[in-house]
Amino acid sequence: MKNTALTPIHVKAGAKMVPFAGYNMPVQYTGVNVEHDTVRKGVGVFDVSHMGEFILKGENALDLIQRVTSNDAAKLYDGKVQYSCLPNEDGGIVDDLLVYRIDEKTYMLVVNASNIEKDWNWISKFNTKGVEMKDISDRTSLLAVQGPKAADALQSLTDIDLASMEYYTFTKGKFAGVDNVVVSATGYTGAGGFELYFDNEHAEHIWNEVFRAGEPFGIKPIGLAARDTLRLEMGFCLYGNDIDDTTSPLEAGLGWVTKFNKEFTNSEALQQQKQAGVTRKLVGFEMIDRGIPRHDYAIVDAEGNEIGKVTSGTQSPSLQKAIGLGYIKSEFAKEGTEIYISIRDNKVKAKVVKPPFYK
Amino acid sequence: MNFPAELKYTSDHEWIRIEGNEAYIGITEFAQGELGDIVYIDINTVGQEVSKEAVFGTVEAVKTVSDLFMPVDGTVLEVNSKLDSEPELVNSDPYGEGWMVKISIKNPADADNLLDADAYKGVIGH
Repeated sequence: MKNTALTPIHVKAGAKMVPFAGYNMPVQYTGVNVEHDTVRKGVGVFDVSHMGEFILKGENALDLIQRVTSNDAAKLYDGKVQYSCLPNEDGGIVDDLLVYRIDEKTYMLVVNASNIEKDWNWISKFNTKGVEMKDISDRTSLLAVQGPKAADALQSLTDIDLASMEYYTFTKGKFAGVDNVVVSATGYTGAGGFELYFDNEHAEHIWNEVFRAGEPFGIKPIGLAARDTLRLEMGFCLYGNDIDDTTSPLEAGLGWVTKFNKEFTNSEALQQQKQAGVTRKLVGFEMIDRGIPRHDYAIVDAEGNEIGKVTSGTQSPSLQKAIGLGYIKSEFAKEGTEIYISIRDNKVKAKVVKPPFYK
Repeated sequence: MNFPAELKYTSDHEWIRIEGNEAYIGITEFAQGELGDIVYIDINTVGQEVSKEAVFGTVEAVKTVSDLFMPVDGTVLEVNSKLDSEPELVNSDPYGEGWMVKISIKNPADADNLLDADAYKGVIGH
């Protein structure tokens, strides 16, 4: 199992460590509800160094990105980030990712830890025009500093005007005395904040500086458990749960990052699917009767017929109710439709709602 | 971590406090820590006879769900109704206010086969 550059710090801080995507990761420091709340109302720091980063460089870098991703990367400008998908040839998704345009010929792709090798091989397969590809995952650390107080907590560490950064933009600059830190106004929590990319050698220094600067703002380390409840309250997809090799981006509600003004992997079939309409959809739902939905529970109709499957579920710490995402036959996908989740052989009433759950 | 000497334990992390022919059952401090923030106790076996090691209910934490197993043969008499609105009592007071069910024991001698505090500590490596 791999460690991040910060694993010893997490262990020392008393974090509960679990294997995740081949990494030894902190799942919780004090408690998921408290950590969740810290990010929603204050500021918290996640070590997400397990994520993968690829640099694509060269005359044809954009062409390659356009070919393998579903969103329109031609829309990017220097310092802009875009959420996108890598569709496969069978209607599913290889991975979801962020595309950073560093300059006209240089891009950074940020991919899920569990898919680093799969994505690398997949993109390489289409790299016929000599784009220089570099996998910098193992030497790159990534901290997500998230929450409404993130800009204030970090501002003393950099000359970059954090509060004025627009969502999904980034800048490379000096941060905590370290050059070439990528400061990105992105995140997976819906709470606002920044993601910081830098070389492993600076990890301990930057971690310590972030906590020193953030101390007056009540900054706390946050584990992966709260990362999951935070993203689920926003209805953000998690690869491996809500999207995978068998789910289409259109079924997953990712039509907004599936642009048919260009050709990409499987674009023709996806366009046909769009015209014909999908037979199942990823929807949000909240429980009406008591029970907590979990990954793989069946979704059934009033007669008990299976109409779908839960892909993610939890008790929402912010809303104090049980919420979930799941694929459901399109005829049941309308907001307000009453559905039932099969929990330990009981039919428990729920209703379809439109994410984000937390507004 | 606290494992009161007057209780008996199972390797599935339940504790049982025997009072004559009746007993209270809950989960150990170790178990609540492993589960994390508990949000729902789902027990539908009141009035039923449940055999030793069979499931009498389920405990739901934010991130995970776990079955609850009977330490001995018995009939579930009562569920701790306080847990309905305050499931977090299982985290904060697992041996006190966080008790889960009261049962009547079928064969009081069954209790002799349960773990004492020291044996349970051995099970969890403490």
